[in-house]
Amino acid sequence: MSTQPAPIETSDATPATAVPGDETIGEYARRWWAGLRAGELGSLPIVVGLVIIAIVFQSQNNQFLTAGNFVNLIVQMAAITTIAMGIVFILLLGEIDLSVGYVSGVAGVIAALLLIPDGNQVPTLVGIGAALVAGAAIGVLHGLIITKVGVPSFVVTLAGLLGWNGVVLLLIGNRGTVIIQNNTVIGFANDFLSPATAWIMLAAALALYAGVLLLARRARAKAGLPAQPDLLLALRVVGLGVVGAIVVYVANQDRGIPYVFLVLMGAYIVWTYVLNRTRFGRHVYAVGGNAEAARRAGISVDQVRIACFAICSFMAALGGIILASRLRSVDTNAGGGSILLYSIAAAVIGGTSLFGGRGHIKSAVLGALVIASIDNGLGLLGLSSGTKFVVTGLVLLAAVTIDSLSRRRQERAGRA
Amino acid sequence: MNDSPILELRGVSKAFGAVQALYEVDFHVAAGEVMALVGDNGAGKSTLIKCIAGIYSSDSGEILYNGEPVSIHGPKDAAKLGIEVVYQDLALADNLDVVQNMFLGREETTSLRRLDEVDMERRAKETLQTLSVTTIRSVRQTVAGLSGGQRQSVAVAKAVMWNSKVVILDEPTAALGVAQTRQVLDLVRRLGEQGLAVVLVSHNLHDVFEVSDSVTVLRLGQNVAEFKTKETNQTEVVEAITAGKLSKIPGQPAAEVVV
Repeated sequence: MSTQPAPIETSDATPATAVPGDETIGEYARRWWAGLRAGELGSLPIVVGLVIIAIVFQSQNNQFLTAGNFVNLIVQMAAITTIAMGIVFILLLGEIDLSVGYVSGVAGVIAALLLIPDGNQVPTLVGIGAALVAGAAIGVLHGLIITKVGVPSFVVTLAGLLGWNGVVLLLIGNRGTVIIQNNTVIGFANDFLSPATAWIMLAAALALYAGVLLLARRARAKAGLPAQPDLLLALRVVGLGVVGAIVVYVANQDRGIPYVFLVLMGAYIVWTYVLNRTRFGRHVYAVGGNAEAARRAGISVDQVRIACFAICSFMAALGGIILASRLRSVDTNAGGGSILLYSIAAAVIGGTSLFGGRGHIKSAVLGALVIASIDNGLGLLGLSSGTKFVVTGLVLLAAVTIDSLSRRRQERAGRA
Repeated sequence: MNDSPILELRGVSKAFGAVQALYEVDFHVAAGEVMALVGDNGAGKSTLIKCIAGIYSSDSGEILYNGEPVSIHGPKDAAKLGIEVVYQDLALADNLDVVQNMFLGREETTSLRRLDEVDMERRAKETLQTLSVTTIRSVRQTVAGLSGGQRQSVAVAKAVMWNSKVVILDEPTAALGVAQTRQVLDLVRRLGEQGLAVVLVSHNLHDVFEVSDSVTVLRLGQNVAEFKTKETNQTEVVEAITAGKLSKIPGQPAAEVVV
């Protein structure tokens, strides 16, 4: 293990005072390997974990790696992924939100009730919009209590967990179950893109990605800063293309890409942009890393916190609508069960730290994929909920253990 | 060195309840001058720099900037005048890289509210180069991986990159080893050579004599002595720190002092 601090894996770094020059792909690979040995594992453990999950379940039940199950998996992971994206914002602050489950329930119920075709129904977009706005408003409320009154987020959202569960019950009243008859809402999780549309969207996404990478590279070169090797850019675009093509091809063998996949992609792109490319996102990381430093730098720490709670509850509301769409109904149990714990576990398994300042939106996607795969696979094997929870719990424990060990290794290498 | 002070305090007093933290303190620093501010624990060094930085407002007395009276009511007022403070705890976010820390709270953006990473990285590098900070291998390295001296360099670079005129360093070498102390002292001297007014708060007289041009001694909230570093020695400064003549005995009204 090297004793001197080496540049971190994700950056295009050369010594600050050296003559700027582009790295070769070999140097880049060597640096990545050195980072890996020093404990900067990135997404590698999750990818390895997913491969193991696929092999194990396929060996037990040959239905696991089929096109039909793959499409099911996308639909099954959609709600957890959406909610976990919001959780990432909260974890980045070093806070917690225990209310997301029932906030998603409240939003699902609001949308379902407003869209009951009883003559008083509102336009579809108004119904969905109202549910999302309600979610954001709940988040602002949580944020205000946490920042202005100074109650810890754990307590506020624990109260929210109880309180919003109550609101779900009150809203449903004695209806018991509300069947959703609005085709647009049902379509999120139950309608599919035509094969041709899916391929066109993939091509557009690839072109966009390549364009963004090339523009960034040109800007760096123009300013005389070291840029990543061309070959690496090409590999990235090709890599995304191959993965995307497999996803689209496999899904097209069955029903196709579900519309909810587009919602996930949209949310992923928007929130990744917000976190990595805007001042607000930078301030979120700063508040999570060192709130005092952020305050002294003139950042309004309270506003950042409130905004993050609003984003989290907004994403919970979106997740609630997706869940209602998948189940085609809402009932008194909306937002309950394993949703809350699966969402938080997804963000953590994906590599977002519980202690603030470290994490990405992609951790929500990867973590949710792990959890949904296990849930799906154990379901195929006909195992009970009990087994599912035990296995998911063990995976969560393993993920956090790997994270702790790699961080300890980073500290010893002077990188953390 | 220009002799007319860029920053001057006249008769600044500050009390916290019954405790008179500062009593009629005069203090000044000129552009290109490294002014050391020394004194025992509780002498009022921290209170004085917090008055300059706008974290406390003084009870009486005036602050002159370039000869003009100014009122500093908050850190933003101080920053607007070009006064930057590097506190002992540095206020860096460990999870952010060097560039991100240097621009924290003042990020540059382009269209679509997009962060202008390229320009920020270029400017951060330039600033580090002007200060001859060569020990930081990559400006895209997280601050967590830096040594104490490197962190101090980043904090200082962050302070000077905003066209600052006065930089106040609070115990910059307190937690550093020998080699890193050397780095930071070199950096302090370069700041003075580049025409900035530097206020160096320190306990360590060895450091003070190595880099400062002048020394102001505080004792029990009062300015008891001021020396040109070249015309004094450690014994004289120590004597001022421990037994400098007070114009007012703490706890008694000024009028009753019998000298």
